[in-house]
Amino acid sequence: MAHWIEPHPTGIYVRPADAWIDPSLPQERALVTHGHADHARGGHGHVWATRETLAIMGLRYGTASGTAVGYGEEVRMGGVTIRYVPAGHVLGSAQIVLEHAGERVVVTGDYKRRPDPTCKPFEPVPCDIFVTEATFGLPVFRHPDTGSEMDRLLAALHANPDRCVLVGAYALGKAQRVICELRARGHHDPIYIHGAMERMCALYEEFGVAMGELRPATGVAAKDMRGHIIVSPPSALNDRWSRRLPDPITAMASGWMRVRQRARQKNVELPLVISDHADWDELTDTIREVAPTETWITHGREEALLHWCMTHQIRARALAMVGREDEDEG
Amino acid sequence: MRAFSQLLDGLVYTRSRNAKLNLIAAYMRDAPAADRGWALAALTGNLDLKAVKSSAIGEMIRARTDPVLYEMSRDYVGDLAETVALLWPKRDEQPAELDDGSLSLSAVIDRLLGLSRAAAPDALAQMMDHLDSSGRFALLKLATGGLRVGISARLAKTGFAQGFGLDVDDVEQVWHALAPPYAELFDWAEGRTGRPDPEGTPYFRPFMLAHPLEADSVDLADYAAEWKWDGIRIQIVGTGSETRLYSRAGDDISGSFPEIAAAFAGHAVLDGELLVKGEVQGAAEHGGAAASFNALQQRLGRKAVSARMMEEYPAFVRLYDLLIEGDTDLRALPWTDRRARLEAFMPGLDPDRFDLSAIIDAPDFESLADIRAGARDAAIEGVMLKRRDSPYVAGRKAALWYKWKRDPLTADCVMMYAQRGHGKRSSFYSDYTFGCWTDDGELHPVGKAYSGFTDEELKWLDRFVRQNTVARFGPVREVEKTLVLEVAFDSIHVSKRHKSALAMRFPRIARIRKDKPAQEADTVEGLKKLVS
Repeated sequence: MAHWIEPHPTGIYVRPADAWIDPSLPQERALVTHGHADHARGGHGHVWATRETLAIMGLRYGTASGTAVGYGEEVRMGGVTIRYVPAGHVLGSAQIVLEHAGERVVVTGDYKRRPDPTCKPFEPVPCDIFVTEATFGLPVFRHPDTGSEMDRLLAALHANPDRCVLVGAYALGKAQRVICELRARGHHDPIYIHGAMERMCALYEEFGVAMGELRPATGVAAKDMRGHIIVSPPSALNDRWSRRLPDPITAMASGWMRVRQRARQKNVELPLVISDHADWDELTDTIREVAPTETWITHGREEALLHWCMTHQIRARALAMVGREDEDEG
Repeated sequence: MRAFSQLLDGLVYTRSRNAKLNLIAAYMRDAPAADRGWALAALTGNLDLKAVKSSAIGEMIRARTDPVLYEMSRDYVGDLAETVALLWPKRDEQPAELDDGSLSLSAVIDRLLGLSRAAAPDALAQMMDHLDSSGRFALLKLATGGLRVGISARLAKTGFAQGFGLDVDDVEQVWHALAPPYAELFDWAEGRTGRPDPEGTPYFRPFMLAHPLEADSVDLADYAAEWKWDGIRIQIVGTGSETRLYSRAGDDISGSFPEIAAAFAGHAVLDGELLVKGEVQGAAEHGGAAASFNALQQRLGRKAVSARMMEEYPAFVRLYDLLIEGDTDLRALPWTDRRARLEAFMPGLDPDRFDLSAIIDAPDFESLADIRAGARDAAIEGVMLKRRDSPYVAGRKAALWYKWKRDPLTADCVMMYAQRGHGKRSSFYSDYTFGCWTDDGELHPVGKAYSGFTDEELKWLDRFVRQNTVARFGPVREVEKTLVLEVAFDSIHVSKRHKSALAMRFPRIARIRKDKPAQEADTVEGLKKLVS
């Protein structure tokens, strides 16, 4: 089945279009699902992606040469019809829907099913081959309601007016989502951000994602940040950078925070289970919903999802993609 | 259950002692009256339900989920209770996981207390359905016995006391007169009744402690001198019918040293040093031999102790003081009088388990200094100076008791690895492993230290580590072997645990020797000569 599409460790090759999906090596023609570095690399000849993803790649790699493809727009390439459909992962993230020879293949990239104020929700597309991620592909991963996690964050902030809450959040996607969720819960105080996320936040604003008042955390006296929320990349949580902050309560927003030992290893005091990836129930519900003849699993805890597919009479295979999954991202 | 499970989560994730105390204090003040006594029992380790065996929990989850997925999950998560808590299938009518509030902690305890082993798994499963993942985790930990949230009984009691503005030592006094769920304790804490009467129960009395000696000398006409033994301070409390042993922190350690508790049937409170018998270090002139702290360490922190451990590392107590004899409280008497009563008390004790801490006979302070300098016994930390007219008072009171430790030993070592600290030090590389040279010109680790330096020195050391990293192993960095650290330590022992076969007692960084080339640091052979 679908001999025209080939999984390789370095990406998925669409033979009739002579194009690669999320290739990890520079390729002449690349179809990119979203802007995270393990999917969008620099150095390709020509890139097809959403306008937002191209802008993100432009910010990261300095070049934005490519063709912008709007959601729902059809592109024809060597007899393959290609469509980009919202994946609900981060701003501009898309599933790539390919049709050729009477068969439909959906490559999800990364996705989630929860509402996210910073991007369009995932749209399920029934297909013959469903190429899915499995970052949280174990039944222990069941993300709680986002609102209750934000309430815990705000409760910690209000209970400690002399301290600040430092939230570690991936600089593309998670950080902006956390900020927007806070605004939605009625938190309108200025939020301080680490220098590494300033440009990405500005880019989100340009695309119409309003985040309220953001201030750089650099050059601010510690006492002025008391009682405030500061957002930084996870790598800065325990780094020298955080020494400038007034006795921070260290929080981290990630699906990995569901496992106690993971949180403790990272010295996190306030683990927030907020993920941009589908949890176990979302993964399995989505597979049921798009009802593929065959499921391919790109990366993550693929053994468990593979086992689940087998026990539900769904043909499945693990692709063992290389270089996927940055643990900080989750 | 939600308030309790959130308290446990908070205790797991919080590193600072004060923050932990605040969490416990707030819970004790605010939680429903019926729950908090049980919570206090659980936190102090006085609630051992063991209604359910781990194997029953495994069976319970296999019956509800795919066993293959369960095994994969358990491999990933590690802890059984946590795996099951996370994996527990949510009910279909539930939109998301939640604690529906229908189960209080006291209701959970009531059900677990009345359960037979056979009925336990079903009852447990029913309760699991009403809780969120934190609640399920707490429930499973309660049901199998042992919360393991990393706090001592003393810390839990301190948090409780803080919650109601009480003195923890007052709480200790009444503690052993009460049983879960401690209704009388809360009645007293909230001012509804007077303090419960501890009469007839073996409760802990706060220890008297010593200041370091800073003066150049003291007059031995006013002060008596004793050896400062390197074991752990212990309080023996006997009511005639029951005997308990307490550590310096007030934790009940009777279970770790059953042979001591069993050997004491008197009605008295005594203060002494818990030691392990040793012939090798024997020094008759010090008033009896004792093994090094290393030997005692084998026996610390054990909940249950095997006959073999007791035989291999036999414990005894070297007595310092007599606080209470029969119904007579001696603490207000001068030390001289208490000492006389202690000496008179000794013949009634089992000589195999108890001996008397000897008084050092020195005509003047100079000769005492000589005697102290001559003592290199591994089990001696230094000298204690006790004012002859001092009453026995809680804590450290100026000018009553002094500790005059031996001068530390030092060695020049080379920094090999560094690791980040915790809490306020989590961004600093503050834990250092250092080594000395072998005959083959290799560095072997001889110890690890994370204190002794100033804040300024810590910043400098942190920068050194970052700029001289040669490899990373998770949280650990290996550094260029160029920096010499002068390490001070109280003594050094043979140990099977380290490659160098040496273990230092209380190592700390005395100086950073930026001036000294690494090649000139000390050798492992040289260190072995210091083994006492």
